[in-house]
Amino acid sequence: MNGFDILAPAILTVITASTPLLFAATGELVTEKSGVLNLGLEGMMLVGAVIAFATASVTGSASLAIVAAAAAGAGMALLFAFLTLTLMANQVATGLALTIFGVGLSALIGADFVGYALKPLPQLDIPGLSQAPIIGPIVFGQDFLVYLSFAALIGVSWFLKRLRGGLILKAVGESHDSAHALGYSVIRIRYLATLFGGAMSGLAGAYLSLSYTPLWTEGMTAGRGWIALALVVFATWRPGRVLLGAYMFGGITILQLHAQGMGIEISSQFMAMLPYLATILVLVLISRDKTKIRLNAPACIGRMFRPAK
Amino acid sequence: MNTARFKRLAMGAALVGGMLLGAAMAQAEPMKVGFVYVGPVGDHGWSYQHDQGRQAIEKALGDKVQTTFVESVPEGADAERVITKLAKSGHKLIFTTSFGYMNPTIKVAKRFPKVKFEHATGYKRSKNVSTYVARFYEGRYIAGVIAGRMTKSNIIGYVASFPIPEVVRGINATLLGARSVNPNVTIKVVWVSSWYDPGKEGDAAKALIDQGADIITQHTDSPAPLQVAANRGVKGFGQASDMIKFAPKAQLTAIVDDWRNYYISRTKAVMDGTWKSSATWDGIKQGMVGMAPYTNMPAEVAKQARETEERISSGKFHPFTGPIKDQSGKVVVKSGEVLDDGKLAVMNWYVEGVEGKLPK
Repeated sequence: MNGFDILAPAILTVITASTPLLFAATGELVTEKSGVLNLGLEGMMLVGAVIAFATASVTGSASLAIVAAAAAGAGMALLFAFLTLTLMANQVATGLALTIFGVGLSALIGADFVGYALKPLPQLDIPGLSQAPIIGPIVFGQDFLVYLSFAALIGVSWFLKRLRGGLILKAVGESHDSAHALGYSVIRIRYLATLFGGAMSGLAGAYLSLSYTPLWTEGMTAGRGWIALALVVFATWRPGRVLLGAYMFGGITILQLHAQGMGIEISSQFMAMLPYLATILVLVLISRDKTKIRLNAPACIGRMFRPAK
Repeated sequence: MNTARFKRLAMGAALVGGMLLGAAMAQAEPMKVGFVYVGPVGDHGWSYQHDQGRQAIEKALGDKVQTTFVESVPEGADAERVITKLAKSGHKLIFTTSFGYMNPTIKVAKRFPKVKFEHATGYKRSKNVSTYVARFYEGRYIAGVIAGRMTKSNIIGYVASFPIPEVVRGINATLLGARSVNPNVTIKVVWVSSWYDPGKEGDAAKALIDQGADIITQHTDSPAPLQVAANRGVKGFGQASDMIKFAPKAQLTAIVDDWRNYYISRTKAVMDGTWKSSATWDGIKQGMVGMAPYTNMPAEVAKQARETEERISSGKFHPFTGPIKDQSGKVVVKSGEVLDDGKLAVMNWYVEGVEGKLPK
């Protein structure tokens, strides 16, 4: 078997493994940039996954399922936002509770859907292009959500850098008092950023249950929410590095599985550790400039804001 | 079931459920039987099958019993608390269904000498603690025979969890079965270092298929590897429960854990006072290991699978009958000899034909 025969399918698998991380991390990046720390990614992803699966199996419509999953994720985020932004609950504790709640809620909703399979999402098929060797299936043969994950990342990057709205969002995350003094509605902006993060987590979940492994089982995220959360921090809140981190993590996970299959003699325990180790190491090394970290980290993250009456 | 789910929803913990109810009705006659599960009952695998056993007790014994289960209980200190709570609230028989509950079970059993305990997959027993486990390797051998007949590339892909004897035994049994009908078969093993991570399990299956495997088998708990096999147009096996719904055109058979008869008979034994501490290691013969229908294969292969099942079930044949060589080519089990239970229980070496090194 020549190298390319292995390479192309391996890259395809890397894309599927990385997409859920990219979705969730991109969403959390926006949330955190506004100064809100939502640890509930795992819970929001699970609810997104189960709602997507349920919608797809009941209605048969994948697009409806994707919309429903984003809405469900946003719904969970709304609950979080209400508790932390309106009722001023502690963000860390509420985020953890949101995860636990999401695990239970998704199990409850999903109880009737255990043991069924769905057809995977249809893949893009451009005659001629999608069949081109190697590049064809990789660039032109993905399902809709993969393209959406890239579009979302580029959109977020552009929004944060170039648009007025992005600047306001960052201002709120840097110093809510100043933003408030300038007349921006801190709470409203944080609500929106949190809802966006939730919707993206919902999409990450939808990708899991509709495309990655088109089935529903309890706890199927298996910790991906936590990895996405860590990626945001290690990527020092920069969209480009979130992309790098997500694909590195996905890539090394897949490569180590391939390496094992090829009989490369490295212990499987070490291989299992490798994606975490390498991703953290690389991101820490390229982001070790302290000033830049301070520049990128939202200064008000996790802090409560009480508007003066 | 819904009671427990709602409790967890509200509290974030899968506790209490029927127990509160149980305490209120302590004087009622039905015997109370408790279950502790390591995963969610909706995993469609290990815990799901134990719960099928629990439901079978209720079905068979009706209002003479009342069962309670606590799901997703972590192995360790938390388990001890849950088991104690079950014992305190009047349960006369408690099934603890994961290896890591071994020490907590023994500890709690000491404090509640009148309560009977049944611990799955462990090896520590006492006067009121029995152990039970199934000879899954018998099913794996049959799966191996089928795989050996069905493969064209002569590569079987094995998605494995952790290198413990139970898993290694399964890999070896599969290889012995496959080589009994096709001496050119090799097994590629990929360890995912998890019992349950659908995404990663699926990815491992993809990697194996990309490297030429045309039969996928697994020792992890989700249906994802089988589903990947189905989507890629190769064949595979269900794990722990019949997973035909996930892969109607790709599942060859499934090795089904069937605890129903054992659970019913042990419950009855407690009721009529004949329960004794014992160590059970049952297989196909006693019905603890079941094979899902042989599908998606030529009739002749199905026939051979059935014959193999029959030979194992009748005791005429043991999957670990020599000659068996290890990876270095050394004969470990001589021709005609059978590997004994003691050695099977601690198996930590690959037989010849498995690729790669066994992680330590």
